[in-house]
Parts: sequence; structure tokens; C-alpha cells
Amino acid sequence: MSLRVFVPQDTTAIALGADRVAAELRAQLATMDLDVTLVRNGSRGAFWLEPLVEIECEQQRFLVSNMESDDVPLLLSALANGPDSLEQRLKGLPGYLGSAEHVEYLSRQHRVTFARSGLEDPLDLDAYRRLQGISGLERALTLAPQAIVDEITQSGLRGRGGAAFPAGIKWQTVLDTKADQKYIVCNADEGDSGTFADRLLMESDPFQLLEGMIIAGLAVEASQGYIYLRSEYPRAHVMLNAAIEIAMNAGLLGTDILGSGRSFSVEVRLGAGAYICGEETSLLESLEGKRPVVRAKPPLPAVAGLFGQPTVVNNVLTLAAASSVLAQGGPSYAELGNERSRGTLTVQLAGNVKCGGLVEIPFGRSLRELLDEFAGGTASGRPLRAVQVGGPLGAYLPESLWDTPLDYEAFAQAGAMLGHGGVVMFDSTVDMQSQARFAMAFCAAESCGKCTPCRIGSVRGVEVIDRIIARESVAENVILLNDLCDTLEYGSLCAMGGLTPNPVRSALAHFGEDFE
Amino acid sequence: MLKFYEPGQDGGTPKIASTTLVTLTIDGRSVTVPEGTSIMRAAAESGVKVPRLCATDSLNAFGSCRVCMVEISGRKGFPASCTTLVEEGLDVRTQTDAVARLRRNVMELYISDHPLDCLTCPTNGDCELQDTAGELGLREVRYGFAGENHLELDKDTSNPYFTFDPSKCIVCSRCVRACEEVQGTFALTIQGRGFDSKVSAGQAEAFMESECVSCGACVDACPTATLTENTIIERGIPEHSVVTTCAYCGVGCAFRADVKGSEVVRMTPLKDGKANEGHACVKGRFAFGYATHKDRITEPMIRDTIDDPWRTVSWEEALEYAAARLKSIQSNHGRNSVGAISSSRCTNEEVYLVQKLVRAGFGNNNIDTCARVCHSPTGYGLKTTLGESAGTQSYASVAQADVIIVMGANPTEAHPVFGSRLKRRLREGAKLIVIDPRTIELVHTPHINADYHLAVNPGTNVALLNALAYVIVDEGLHDKHFIAQRCDDDAFSQWLDFISQSRHSPEATAEVTGVDAKTLRSAARLYASAGNGAVYYGLGVTEHSQGSTAVMGIANLAMLTGNLGREGVGVNPLRGQNNVQGSCDMGSFPHELPGYRHISDPQVRALFEADWQVTLDPEPGLRIPNMFDSAVDGSFKGLYCQGEDVAQSDPNTQHIEAALSSLDCLIVQDIFLNETAKYAHVFLPGSSFLEKNGTFINAERRISPVRKVMPSRSGKEDWEITAALANALGCEFDYTHPREIMAEIARLTPTFSGVSYDALDAHGSIQWPCNDDAPAGTQTMHVDEFVRGKGNFVPTEFIPTDERVNRRFPLLLTTGRILTQYNVGAQTRRTENSAWHEEDLLEIHPVDAEDRGIKDDDWLGITSRAGNTVLRARISERVKPGVVYTTFHHPESGANVITTDNSDWATNCPEYKVTAVQVALVNEPSAWQARQKKFNHRQQDLLAQAIVD
Repeated sequence: MSLRVFVPQDTTAIALGADRVAAELRAQLATMDLDVTLVRNGSRGAFWLEPLVEIECEQQRFLVSNMESDDVPLLLSALANGPDSLEQRLKGLPGYLGSAEHVEYLSRQHRVTFARSGLEDPLDLDAYRRLQGISGLERALTLAPQAIVDEITQSGLRGRGGAAFPAGIKWQTVLDTKADQKYIVCNADEGDSGTFADRLLMESDPFQLLEGMIIAGLAVEASQGYIYLRSEYPRAHVMLNAAIEIAMNAGLLGTDILGSGRSFSVEVRLGAGAYICGEETSLLESLEGKRPVVRAKPPLPAVAGLFGQPTVVNNVLTLAAASSVLAQGGPSYAELGNERSRGTLTVQLAGNVKCGGLVEIPFGRSLRELLDEFAGGTASGRPLRAVQVGGPLGAYLPESLWDTPLDYEAFAQAGAMLGHGGVVMFDSTVDMQSQARFAMAFCAAESCGKCTPCRIGSVRGVEVIDRIIARESVAENVILLNDLCDTLEYGSLCAMGGLTPNPVRSALAHFGEDFE
Repeated sequence: MLKFYEPGQDGGTPKIASTTLVTLTIDGRSVTVPEGTSIMRAAAESGVKVPRLCATDSLNAFGSCRVCMVEISGRKGFPASCTTLVEEGLDVRTQTDAVARLRRNVMELYISDHPLDCLTCPTNGDCELQDTAGELGLREVRYGFAGENHLELDKDTSNPYFTFDPSKCIVCSRCVRACEEVQGTFALTIQGRGFDSKVSAGQAEAFMESECVSCGACVDACPTATLTENTIIERGIPEHSVVTTCAYCGVGCAFRADVKGSEVVRMTPLKDGKANEGHACVKGRFAFGYATHKDRITEPMIRDTIDDPWRTVSWEEALEYAAARLKSIQSNHGRNSVGAISSSRCTNEEVYLVQKLVRAGFGNNNIDTCARVCHSPTGYGLKTTLGESAGTQSYASVAQADVIIVMGANPTEAHPVFGSRLKRRLREGAKLIVIDPRTIELVHTPHINADYHLAVNPGTNVALLNALAYVIVDEGLHDKHFIAQRCDDDAFSQWLDFISQSRHSPEATAEVTGVDAKTLRSAARLYASAGNGAVYYGLGVTEHSQGSTAVMGIANLAMLTGNLGREGVGVNPLRGQNNVQGSCDMGSFPHELPGYRHISDPQVRALFEADWQVTLDPEPGLRIPNMFDSAVDGSFKGLYCQGEDVAQSDPNTQHIEAALSSLDCLIVQDIFLNETAKYAHVFLPGSSFLEKNGTFINAERRISPVRKVMPSRSGKEDWEITAALANALGCEFDYTHPREIMAEIARLTPTFSGVSYDALDAHGSIQWPCNDDAPAGTQTMHVDEFVRGKGNFVPTEFIPTDERVNRRFPLLLTTGRILTQYNVGAQTRRTENSAWHEEDLLEIHPVDAEDRGIKDDDWLGITSRAGNTVLRARISERVKPGVVYTTFHHPESGANVITTDNSDWATNCPEYKVTAVQVALVNEPSAWQARQKKFNHRQQDLLAQAIVD
């Protein structure tokens, strides 16, 4: 009976001991006569269960959570032949969960982009094919550029980086702008606090990103792609470069994509630790080797982007989703979701949360449903008081707003944003004054320094909030803070300064008692 | 044009040239502007000023300050008017309550990090931040001033001309962008991010230690007192200004002289100046202090011999003395024993009068000008091939060029404002071929790499040009249609027979030129086939024994490839001095009357004879070298030398000194006691360009007004001095203003017939030819046909110079210019520019240095067949092995003691660029330097005694 044992190799799993588990397994297996293959898979994103070890036998797959290296002998003895079935033997393990269908955290999700995540070795191209990878690209190769763009438009796919701009319109603009050279730039500078979806995808299913980029290249007639990766993701860097090499050797990338005569190449470029490089124009400056300051728009990057050429700048998840859209067809992708938010939303549960991890669900479920069905309460066990959705520049939502449906427009109406899907939870001990101050301090720390509201305003914002905290002329300072928020919101050059008022204002509006 | 000082109009963003027009509504008014124009500029053009701080129309829109926000119907938010472009039918409101509140809030943030010292601030009254705070009605800063700030940052006073005070900086990046977009040096950056963002020269260096070239574009662009001229800090802001033209190089930049009383406190390049479009260099912008330098001589002086002390006398006495001595010489030694040299630094009106004085007063044609020693081959070569002794284009033409050849010129040093224009075009993607023995800055400079650098051996330009032409013909890349239509068939077929001979092939000439055949072929292909090809050349082409041949070689190449007669192409000499073109145009050569008409032509002569009421000598007179030779042999005895320092600038100094010493009467008219004046008997104190009215003509044939900014220190403008001398000699020069002289020039010169001071006042400047055929002047020459009719291909046989290396003189010396100094340095050495270049150095390649055991700063004896001098060593890979290089900005350097009598076969332009030398370590100055030092001391003493009298 041959077995496969999966130990994730994703950063979070490794941080929680996956490498130690794998090393121990490998060492002990070497001394045993067992037909066991160790596979380092990606992660399913249920981080609260990591290291989540899986055992596969004859089409059946069993999950054992929170493994530690000390648990390895137990596991191995369960794997060794015995009178009971494997399932029976495994049941005795402390973290035994049964099959994935039995894990509600996973079974309640609707995985599209992350459907493959954690199932196989992320660099196993054959496995990728087996799991429906490449079918989107194969279909795209049969379509004219306009037809590919039409698929994206019909899918209703919107930018998953946070701005939610319709990908179809962006691609159409690049396709319509004539140039000798166009580019596809993948924004992998995932900097929002509490987010990790991009990293998980790049580490657990990198071929999907490459496939999406190639499809984008075919759609807009671009032959070169760049992945702008934050330097804090060393493991993703290794995985992407390995995936690119494998894809080159397999003829997925290069001058003759799958024998079509079409060409596309991808290079990874590392950032240097600036949050602002997640802003697309700043990213382009950095990619060009310049100091990353925000560019004024127009021109849009779609018209004059990287090195002045028409450029698609999309987030990792957007490009990855393009492969699903092409594989299943735009209208089919658009069947999921709510109102103008089509497809799936990738939520990352973080902060003071019991069951932290990645949750992919169709748009339209409420925030409360998400919290109830997946989060499992706070890690501290204290009552949940505030939820910040959409990263450090997202609004803090009080319980009264938790019934807001998870869709872009509904959130905007509530004075909030979904952003990149980060959901950070805070329990009853949170001091919302400090959280408001943190928003300004974050802006001050990460401002590129180009426009005045953000460069000076963020520093003044910290100072004003400090005066409020010190109870100095509170009423006047609150007026001043509101004025400053207006200045930042309406006067800033980019979304960074423009969104900084969100957490501040939501703290003031919904948690006013903390400021009294 | 005197006017009260007023900061210039600023559209906020650059003017757009599109012919598609867009109509929109701004504050209820309908405005029509070219497509691509910003809302800010559209508003400005309709008389509505949108407040702004980071925007200025010399720079691309940046969108950082956020005070230019407006509201647009149907659009959410508050778009920045600088970065938002006009669209048909937009309804824009620049003043609403919401906008006013936001702008005020932004300004409040600015001021919360700005010192409140307006009353004691150097730019109080001339500060955009101050003005904008006023416009926006900022009344309080609710943040207080106790917060984080930059008020304690230290000033950088390292640059002698301006101070950087970061405590006043609003981080608008205008300085950084000006350094990049306008100047192209990329010396400035913003360091840090967020609130820590700070303007930084280089890597947090002092300005003087950084790559900054002190062009001042940053100072000009600064909207606050962060970057301020030291003159403004010391003297305050100006009260009126006068538009005039720079007196340095041949670029001919237009300036607004900003004046307080009669003192210039700032020179601001004029945005409307067509030659410079608002840009300037370290010389033009900052180095004007020489005009008020203590060395200025302001009273006439005379002496019987050069060993006597000077006597300060009245103008009348000086002029009578001079006239008497000239008359006496002519009566003793004949009519032809006297002559004059006119100055390319003086105005057209002034040089015109000098040649008129010689022809009409002296009765001979012994008039020559310093163009003899720089661009006389240009005049000859271009006249012979194309029919006119002038460059073919406007500077702006380079913006249309696709491939640019820079040959024997170093624009970033010697013509810096054109250099910046050129660099901008190169950054836009034009191709570049540099032909120069030295690796000049353009070969590798930020964001620019020459496609080809042909490091030609000094003295082999003609062989190289022939090889380029050979390849173009050999590979069939020539423009057969253009040649058939525009050029003389016979001349072309003769030339074709000549150039097709394989001895001109790059393979055959590679050894002589030092340029490998493959590279040369590639360069030739690039020039011939990359679209618009433009050639810019300088003294590295002309100052050779075959200077005229090389100029014709360039003209041949341009005709061969059809690169003449439109924008973006052409043959463009980069003139050395401010008015070289004009002094040549004004008939300053012994064989030509104004407008390049030969003195032997009876019809032309008759015209002038009728106007001047004299009889003219039909025989051409002496050229400068002939004058000196004749002085040494005793037949030439009297010289009137206007604003020219032949003792320092002309080759073979010892020969010049011998000639000057043998004159019976040397009259020097200058603003300083220059090297030549130390041999003079009469000194007539002239006026600087700030003290006179007149015109200069730059290398694009642009006639620009020179206007009197301050009173003449000596009481006479130079034209008045020449007129007074003429009158003392019995001529009747009764001009009351230079405009009358220009009227005479226009009357007598067909290419100038439409030029007048009224026209110059109306148009700002005019490019000649300007006449009934071209009433607005001529931007591009030879558009439909060449001035001479059909283009004339001239065979250009390469004849190696006699000046060759051998065992005794194994190195070739070539000479050039440096950014901060100008010509003989008489002006720039008397300014703070010497902080950059206080002495001339000898550049030598590391290999040649190592062979001789030479280290940086060692004293080197440099010996040629003509003489020897001593300079300090600068080891540099800019020169190639076998070549050494120096400048001649300092008299004690004696660079021209080494240069020889060799000269261009056609024009006698000296072969400054090729001198065979040996270089060796020494420990004391040369004998000539010791003599020069002693002589200089003696003459300074004689001057001091005159002053004591």
C-alpha cells in the first residue's frame, strides 16, 4: 500500500514548525520500511490548523492538524500496517480531522482561485495540469486578443488589490493603445496588515499566476511581464523563480508558448520595503529603478505605464483569477457574487482571531456570517469589538455594521472598503484613540512624501490626535482633525493619503466614547 | 526695454503645440486651447490664475503641492488642474468655497513647517509661497509651531553664487526637476521619504562637492527662499529689469537683468528668449561680477613707450594722441602700415564701425577679427559649398533631429545651454555620434550614452569625414533624389569620382584616424539612414591646417544625405564667442565688406563709397597673422585692437609678443589691462555688455538686442570710442545712437535690410536673412534652394599636417574649453567661477603618465617646436594614449607658447588643436613663465603709478 504524506511548505506552516515535522518524518522514514512518499505541498490557508499534515491513500485523503515534530512517531506508527483501516488508525491522533469535507472551515468555502492551493507540490507542473491548470491558457491561445478581453469583461472581474477597478476595462485600454512594447506588471507588493492571500497563492500555486499573466499578455499583446514582489516574501521569491524556470523549460513561457508561436516572458523584481510601492504608479517608478514616488494620473498606466508604455498593472489575485475566467468562461465566473461584485472574495482573517486564515467565498455574504462561520471568535476569548476590513487604511466597523454584505458597493456605502480582503479583529480591550493615531502614524511612516497633505498632514494628524488623547482643547482639535481628514481625502495625490481618514473617521464616528 | 521688476508670467505647465483645439469653460468663460494643455494653463491663458506651488511652465506637471485643485462639473473630487488635461466641453470652476477651504488647509500644512520670518527673508516680496498664502487667505495655523519640523536644518553655503536653506524648503521638487528636465545633469534628488523628504545634492553632499554644474536652474525654479542667489541675499530683490543678451558664448541667451538702482542683482534667463528658452549656465547667470571688478580701468591712459608709466588723461587728449601717432606712422611708413583688430565680444554696431574706420579712415583694408582664429574656416567652407557663411538652423531644430553628430565640440562645457537642449533630445531617444579625440561628457552622461564615439586622432578629421562619405556612397545610402534636385551635377560627379577611391575607405584610413573600420561604417550608416541627421561642430573642426577642408567635408556629408533645408537637420557651427557670427557678418575680414561681399567687387565697393563718401582700396588687407609677421619685419607699425587679447589667445605667444613689441603705436580698447594692453601705448577704457546698447548675433544667425543696464563706467560705450577716434582722424562719424549704425548696416547689407531696432523691440530677436523676401527673418536656411543656387560638392583631399609626432615630440597636444571659464578668462577669472577652475591643467592618459612617472598634480614641462611651458598634471582617461589636453583660460599657463604658427590653408585659422609635444616632470616654471611673471609685475607697477598720478 503506497502512501503520500503531505507537509506544507508555505511560510506560515513553516513558521509553525512544518519544516521540523518534515525533517523528522524524513529522518524516521529512512530507517523504516514503509512505502511512504513525502510531498511538500502548499497550504490550504487554514492557518490555525497548521502544520496541517495530510495522508493520502487510494484516493482518500485525511487531515491531521497542528502537527509537531514530537507527534511524528505517533503518526508513523499509525501509518504502519495494522489490523484496522488507515482511517481508523489515524483517528487516534490528537489533531485528526478526517477528510477535507469534514472540516467546515474548508467545506463552507467556495474556492475558485485557491481551489488547488495546498493539494499538491506547488512546483509539480503535471499535478497543476491534472488539477485543471493550463486549460485557461489553452483556451486563450485559441482566441483573438479582443475575445480574451471580452471574456474578462463578461466575468465582471475587478481588481483584487483593493481598488476594484474593472479588469476588462483596463485590459481593453491597453489593447486599444497601440505600441511596439506593452507590459504586464503583477503587483505582488502585498503590504496591507493582516493580508497574505497573494503570498499564499505565489507559494502554493505559482503556475496559476504565471498562467494568468500569459493570458493577460495574449489579451493585450504584451510580451513581457514583471512580478513586483515585496522583499519580505523570500519564500515566494524562490517559488516564483523556480516556477518560471519550470514554465520556461516546459514551453509555457518563452518565444513559443505551447507551440503557438506567441511569446511571453516573466521576471521577478524585488521591492525594497516601501508600502507605497503597492500603489501602482509608485510601483512602476520603482520597477524603472527610480525613487518610488507616486505619479499623477493621467496618463493612466494602461496608456503610459512602465517605461512609458501601455501596461496592465494587476494584483496577484486578479491575474490568477483570469486563468479561472478563461478556463470556465467569463459568464460562468460571473454567476458567482453579488450586484457588481462578481466572483469570489478572498478574505484573510487576522488580528485577534481564533481561526485565522484564508477564506474564499462568493461576494455577497455578510461580514457577520463570515465572522460567525469562520473566525471562531477572538483569540483572547474576549468579546469582539471592532473589525478593520481592507487593510490599515480600511474603516473600523462596529457590530452595528457587521451585517453589511461583503461587496464593494455595499461597503463603500457603509463608509468602508473591502480592499484586498484583510479582516483584522479587535477585542473589547482595544483603544480606538490609539488605533486612529496608528492610522496617521502609518501614513507618516509610509508616505512617499510627494504630495503635501500626506507628507505633512499625516505628521500633523499624529500630533493632533496626541493632543486629543492628552485632552488638550479636544473640541477644537476634533474639528481640526476632521478638517485634516478632508484635506487628506480630497487633496492627496494617491489613495494612500486619500484613504488614511477612513480608520480615523470610523474610529471617531463609531467609537466616539473612546475620545471623550 | 526698461520695466519695473515683475516676476515673469507663468502658465504653470509647458505650452503645448498641438493644432487640434479644445474648447471648455473656465469660471464661466469659454476658453479654446490646444489639445493636451492642462486646465491650469488653459486658465492662465484666459487670464485666470489658479494658485500653485509645484507647477511652473518650464517643467512638466508634477501634481504634488495640491493647491491647484479645481472642481469640474460631473466629476467627483477635486482634480489638480496641473495634471488634468482639458477636454471638450468641460465646465471648470477654479474658485468655489470647497476649493478655497481645501487650498487653505493645504497651505496651513505648509506654513506649519515654515519659518515665520517673512520680513527678514531674502525673498520677501518675491516668494510664491508668500504670495500664495496671501491669495488663499490663510489667517492662522491651527497646528501651532511646536510640532515636528525642519526649521533647524543647516544652510549649505558651499556654492559661491547661491545658498541652499533647507529650513525654507516646501519639497515641491521644482529644483530637482529643473536639474533633470531643463539642465539634464541629475545632480539633485529627494532624499528620504514622507516627512523626512529633503532636497539633496548628490548623495547628501554639499552642492559644491556634488555633480552640480551651478547652472542655477534650480535657483530659478525655487518658489521660496530655499535656493537663493547670494546677490539677492546680500542686496535684496530688484526694483526694475532690462532685457538684454548674454555676452559669453555663441549660444546668445536672452536675459532679464534684474537691477537695483544701477546695480545688477540677478541675471534671469528669459523664457521668451528663443536661443535659451529660460535656461542659462554658470557663466551667463552668475558670472557678471567682472563688470564691477576693481580691475576695471575707467579712464583713458597714454604713454610713449611700454617702459613708461601710464598717464591718465582726458578722452580728448587720449584720442588726439592716438590719432596723431597713427597719422604720423602712416606718413612715415605708408597707408598700409596701420590696421585694426575688432572683437567678437563687442556689438555688431561696434565692430561695424571699426571696419568702417579702417576702410574709410585708415584708407586700407587691414581689418581682421578674432574669428580669424576660430571660425574663419566655417565662413569659407560653408560659403563655398552652400553659399552662405553661417549655420543652417535654429537651436530649436535639434528637437526634431533623429541622429546627431557632435564633432570637435564639447557643448556641455562650451555651449552649455545648447548642451542641455541637445541632452533633452538625446534623452528622448535621438542617436548620438561623437567625433572627438577626447571622451567628452556627452559620450557618457546621465541617461545618455553615445551610440558611437569615434576617437579620431588629432589632425585627421578630413580623413575621417572622407571615410564616412566613402561608406555612404559605397553602400548606396546617399540621397540620390536630393542630390539630383538640389546639387550641382558636375561638382557632384567629380566629387563622386574622388570619394569613391578605395584609399578613402574606412579600412584604408583606420590606421591614420585611429578609428576602426567597423565602428566607422556603423556610424556612417546610422547618420545616413536614421531620419533627420544634424551635425554640430566646433573649433575641433576648424582649428586645423585643414579646417576649411573639414567644414566642406561636413557640408558634403549633409548634402550627400539630404540633411539640409528643413527642421532637424543641417550643418551647425557652435560659435565660440557671443558675437563671432556678427563680427564676421559685419565685414570684419580684410577681403569682405559687410554681408560677405568681396572688396574687389566694384559694384559693392561703389555702394559703400557712395554711402561713406570715400574711395575704397580694392585690395584685401592684412590678416591677423600677416599683421604680426609684418610687424616683426617692420612694415606694420600701428594697431588699433578692440576688445581682443591677442597676446593670450593667439598661437605662438612669443611671436605675438615680438610683434607687439615692435609696434610704434598699439591702441588697446578694453575693460581690463589685458595681456595685450601691457604692450600698448594708448589704452581706451571700454564698456562691458551691461553698459551699452547694440546687438549680438549668435550661431543661429539670431540678432538679439543688447541693452544698457547700467551707466558706462568709462563714460563711453565702445561705439562712441571708435567714432571719436575716427573723428579725431578726420572722418565724420556723427552717430548719436547705435540704432543709427544698424540703420546704416541695414541700408548697405541685403541680408539685413529688414533689420531695425524697432523690429527687434517688436520681435525680441530676428534671424538673418531678414529682408523683403523674409520680413520675419529666416529660421532655416537653404529650404528650397541653396543660397548659391546648386549645392557644391568640393573634393576634400586629406593632407596630413606637418605637425606630427616623432621621437622628440611623441605626444599630440590638443586644447579646449571648460564650463566655468570663458576664452582668455579676462571676465570669468574676475568672478567666483575660479572656485571651479583656478588653473589650467594638462590632462594626460594614465599610460603616458606611468611611462613618465607622472602623478596627479605633478609639475609638467610641455615642450613643442614653438616653445615650452609648465602646467600641473591631471591624469585622465578622457584623453586617449598619445594625446594630451589643456585649456588656455589663464595667461600664466602659456598654453599658446606651445602652439605653433601652422594654420588653415584657406583662412590662416591657427592649428590650435594639434601640437606635437613632449611632457616631462619639472620642478620650476618655464623660462617664458618666469619672464611673463616679471613683465606682468612691471606692467602692473606702471599701471599703479598711473593711478597714483
